[in-house]
Amino acid sequence: MLHSLALYVGGIVLLAGSLFVLMAAIGVLRLPDLYTRMHAASKAGAVGGGLILLAVAVLGQDAAIAVRAVIGIVFLLLTTPLSAHLLARASYLAGYKPGSETVADDIAINAEQNSANK
Amino acid sequence: MNAAFLVVILALLWAGTTGSFSGLNLLFGGVIGGVAVLLLRQSLANSVHLRRARQALSLLGLFLYELMASAVRVALVVLRPDMNKVIQPAIVAVPLSAKSDVQITMLANLITLTPGTLSVDLSPDRSVLYVHALTMGDRDAMIADIKNGFEKKVLEVFE
Repeated sequence: MLHSLALYVGGIVLLAGSLFVLMAAIGVLRLPDLYTRMHAASKAGAVGGGLILLAVAVLGQDAAIAVRAVIGIVFLLLTTPLSAHLLARASYLAGYKPGSETVADDIAINAEQNSANK
Repeated sequence: MNAAFLVVILALLWAGTTGSFSGLNLLFGGVIGGVAVLLLRQSLANSVHLRRARQALSLLGLFLYELMASAVRVALVVLRPDMNKVIQPAIVAVPLSAKSDVQITMLANLITLTPGTLSVDLSPDRSVLYVHALTMGDRDAMIADIKNGFEKKVLEVFE
C-alpha cells in the first residue's frame, strides 16, 4: 500500500519536474534576449531539476539515495542562481544590451550620471 | 512546545544520519534527542540560536513558496501565444540596507529564484543591487516587495 502510494507520488512529481524542464527549454527558445532567457533557465530549470531529484528520493525507497538526492536539490538551488547571476552580469559588462522590449535600464542611467559627475 | 519541536527535529536528523527511518530507530533518536534537550535546557531556554533557527526556517519556507510560484509564473508567461506583449523586461536599481558580504550574497541568490526577478549586478559602492524584472508592473511596488519580504528576513537571520 505504502509502496504503491510512493510509486504514484513519485511518478507525479517526476512528470511535474519534466514539465518544468520542458517549459524552461521553451522559454529559452521563445524569450527575446539573454536576460529574460535567464529567468526561464534559472527558475523553471532549477525547480524542474529539483522536482526530478525529489522523485528519485521518493522512488528510491532507500534512505542513502534519498539523503543524496536531497543534498543534490540543495546544491542545485544554491548554484543555479549564482550561475544565472554570473552570466547576466558578465554579458552586461561585455556590452550585450537588453533587448528592445526593455522598458527601463537603471544601470545605463546610473552609469551616465556617474560619468557626468566626473 | 519548542522543546518538543526540537526533539522531533533531532529524531529526524538521527534517522537521517543512521540511514534508517524505521519506527524503532526514530524512537531511539527521539529518546537521545530528549536527553540532549533535557541536559541543555538551561542554555536553550533564552538562547539566541533557537530564535535564529526559527527565523532561518521561516526564511526557508518563504523561499520554497516563492520559488514554486516563480517557476509557475515563468512557465505560464512562456506558454502564452502573445508572450511579447506580456513581458516588460526592465533593469531596476534596488537600494540595499544589507551591508555584509553574506547578506548581499544571500539576498541576490534569493532574488534570482523568486518571481520575475533576477539580480544582474551590484553597484561598485555596494549600495544598489540591479535587478532584472521579467514583467515589471509598478517599480515602487517591486522594490517595496523585495525590501519588506526577503531583505528584512535576511537581515534578521544574518545580522
